[in-house]
Amino acid sequence: MTAFRLPDGGRIDRSQKLRFHFDGRPLEGYQGDTLASALLANDVFLVGRSFKYHRPRGVMSAGAEETNALVAVGEGGRLDTNSRATMVELYDGLVAQSLNRWPSLGFDVSAINGWLAPFLVAGFYYKTFMWPRRLWQSLYEPAIRRDLLVVGGGRSGLREALAAARTGARVVLCDEQSESPATTSTELSALPNAVVLARTTVFGYYDDNFLCAVESDARRQRRLWHFRAKRVVLATGAHERPLVFGGNDRPGVMLASAVDTYLRRYAVAPGKRVVVFTNNDGGHQRAKTFRELGIEVAAVIDSREGPVITRTLGGRRVEAVEVGGARIACDLVAMAGGWSPVVHLYSQAQGKLRWDEKKLCFVPDTCRQRVRVVGRANGEFPDHGIEPLWEVNADKAFVDFQSDVVARDVHLAAQEGFASVEHFKRYTTTGMSTDQGKTSNINALAILAGATGRSIAETGTTTFRPPYTPVAYGVLAGRDLGDFLEPIRVTPIHDWHAAHGAVFENVGQWKRPWYYGPQMHAAVQREAKAARTALGVLDASTLGKIDIQGRDAGRFLDRVYTGTFSNLAVGKARYGLMCREDGMIFDDGVTTRLAENHFHMTTTTGGAARVLDWLEEYLQTEWPELEVYCTTVTEQWATVAVAGPKARELMAEIAPGLEDLAFMTYREGRVAGLDARVFRISFTGELSYEINVPGDQGLALWQAVIDAGTKHGIAPYGTETMHLLRAEKGFIIVGQETDGTVTPYDLGLDWAVAKQKDFVGRRSLTRPDTRRADRKQLVGLLPADPREVLPEGAQLTEVDVALPRGHGSRPVPMVGHVTSSYMSPNLGRSFALALVRSGRSRIGTELYVPLEGRAAKVRLAAPVFIK
Amino acid sequence: MLLIRCPWCGPRDETEFRCGGEAHVARPPDPQALDDAAWAEYVFIRSNPKGWFRERWVHAAGCRRWFNAERHTVTHEIRRTYSKE
Ligand SMILES: [Zn+2]
Repeated sequence: MTAFRLPDGGRIDRSQKLRFHFDGRPLEGYQGDTLASALLANDVFLVGRSFKYHRPRGVMSAGAEETNALVAVGEGGRLDTNSRATMVELYDGLVAQSLNRWPSLGFDVSAINGWLAPFLVAGFYYKTFMWPRRLWQSLYEPAIRRDLLVVGGGRSGLREALAAARTGARVVLCDEQSESPATTSTELSALPNAVVLARTTVFGYYDDNFLCAVESDARRQRRLWHFRAKRVVLATGAHERPLVFGGNDRPGVMLASAVDTYLRRYAVAPGKRVVVFTNNDGGHQRAKTFRELGIEVAAVIDSREGPVITRTLGGRRVEAVEVGGARIACDLVAMAGGWSPVVHLYSQAQGKLRWDEKKLCFVPDTCRQRVRVVGRANGEFPDHGIEPLWEVNADKAFVDFQSDVVARDVHLAAQEGFASVEHFKRYTTTGMSTDQGKTSNINALAILAGATGRSIAETGTTTFRPPYTPVAYGVLAGRDLGDFLEPIRVTPIHDWHAAHGAVFENVGQWKRPWYYGPQMHAAVQREAKAARTALGVLDASTLGKIDIQGRDAGRFLDRVYTGTFSNLAVGKARYGLMCREDGMIFDDGVTTRLAENHFHMTTTTGGAARVLDWLEEYLQTEWPELEVYCTTVTEQWATVAVAGPKARELMAEIAPGLEDLAFMTYREGRVAGLDARVFRISFTGELSYEINVPGDQGLALWQAVIDAGTKHGIAPYGTETMHLLRAEKGFIIVGQETDGTVTPYDLGLDWAVAKQKDFVGRRSLTRPDTRRADRKQLVGLLPADPREVLPEGAQLTEVDVALPRGHGSRPVPMVGHVTSSYMSPNLGRSFALALVRSGRSRIGTELYVPLEGRAAKVRLAAPVFIK
Repeated sequence: MLLIRCPWCGPRDETEFRCGGEAHVARPPDPQALDDAAWAEYVFIRSNPKGWFRERWVHAAGCRRWFNAERHTVTHEIRRTYSKE
């Protein structure tokens, strides 16, 4: 027993005993402990194995900079990995386990890596790196705008918060600890315009004073905060640096400031006999404190005065140190290597740093954001006569404990030419672990500077990036999971579909009936047959609808569609294609002229918002002289499409007089007693009417159609059948037959492209690349086996090969891919659409579709299967 | 996250906006008059300076209006937003 709880003192509540488990072992601590202080009080020193060499590691610090004591807290679905034991508040029933050890901490098989150490030098990272991760729950995500955000609740932070709050400014102060001068200030808590958030780590400082923080309660329930502050004050303090000497990673070697914190805040003595190792006066002051608290100080080794510690001795716990050939027995080594201001957030804010030659640390210099750094974070501490001791020439002298980088790795990297600090960091992995090198960066940089014969200021430092400490993905995701991930849009007829066995498909944010179940193949065959032989009905309400009005509406449509619309007669409809300026198709739909200056545009379901944005962009930025108004009316109209040979009979019954509407025309009238717009347009190739009624009457219309259609054998059909029916006719779907690299000519849609007018994308259609004869073109495919339904996305080859298995297969040129594929009840066989290099000239020839263990033979055909 | 000053709505979070790339690249009035190289220059080529850059933004989740911004591509500072030159 070497570490122990002091009989009195500390800011712990000895009346409240807390039970917890560490690696399955039941232990006890007090209210006010951290997991680290409670473990030390129980003389548990070994808390982890190092990542690369699996060396035993103990608690080194008492704060957020902890590099060794990584633990997983909780169990099952609430397991929270990558926590630092120094930041985990103890609570009754806490369960924690050490990370990176197998089969147990005491006996670690991988410690054999330690013997192989000479082979595991810099560059190891590139081969092996994996961290466990886990989703975590959080509550909700508040956002708050404030005059002043103070980060850090120490004396400097409290002073700044009080000064601002007294003037009436709205102030938030965040501190990562459960307790700080700010949380105990009665004056601050009495001010209604000041908010103090304890256990709150500000982890990111982004543009325009936008900062993010994670607040935790005592039992680690967390939530995310967003701040937009007029001014920010960083009072983040400073981290003490370890010294680099042989075996400086052995459990029992700690930062002197941490020993002090354990003694005074937690009343825990991490050892009975301490050796202090320092390069400044601060070490001597610590030694004095330790003595006063009853700890025996075996020696103070001051590098400025003589010999240094070359290495530590011991097994899983330090037992002695070697100084100039002599051994000094001890069970604790306290390192006082100088201080580094916590400039991480300042650096994230794009603040520049300056090397302070006297205090041997980087301090804030200038920043364009409205931020001020105060107190120790600003380098406001005495220099203590510090003199550089960046490394003691020895084996196993660790620089970055978490990445297992030793001083010799740094020298090796310098020898190999990694002189740039950014290259050096990536090659050696220094500072790239979850602690982001809080205790290692400066030592590594100084050693690199020495090895390359430059000053530290010349060598420069790497940029700190968010997050300051690891943030669980669950905290960021918050409640945006499952049904809350994205808005869900449903049509007015949705409940009917659900009640009639529809299986839904997501199309953008919309839920569309995919097929009316239970079994997909049977449903689609039944639905498709009904639509071709009798009557089918589709809920087409999700189709994008844009109302276009204005004096120049016709001229405008001429510019955005490949076809001409200004000459369309009132009451007529026309199919249109839209291209981007590069000539590639990006949407299609039918647009109808309702009146001289009034058009009804339809878009694809998924493209509605995109198209509206695009129309607006051209109107506002390129053609502001046009008088055109575009309004989305997608949800204002419910659309019911009836299709099939019996459609005319149905319409005659529910909309007398409208059944004789000519193809591609439109009329207003009454359908089933409802005011409606009826369009005689067809996406199935069958006789078809698209009936639009105001959204809230969609269900009434649908029900009327179903009731009147029952005697005709009406079948509601879903998107799968719709896709099948249109593919039988060779009609394309944007996003299925197109992928942003397909022109109208590639699809054989020359008839939809006007020759005599300009439109967006026209000039690109005569570029050399878009005129190539060997572009991929739309064709039909008929598999040699009529039962073979090809996988969509499958590649086409000229040779009879199966899909490659594993490595080493010879590459085979691919000449195209399957875009749509179905089993058609109307054709009595399977068929597909495909984009194939020079496809139109290959019609009648055969190609192969490589599949698992075989290839399917297909014959190329014109992409129209039902005339 | 940037704080962007919409000329009509005032300062709003970046998530309400969408960036539309380099500003002041007008669509040629007669595309057919351009040779392939000149047309490709308009369609595909944009400048990518390290420093001040004039770019187009739209207040997509707000007033839906387009405007221009002068943004520094290194510091991300926006020193001006404007609706007309
Ligand atoms: Zn706006």
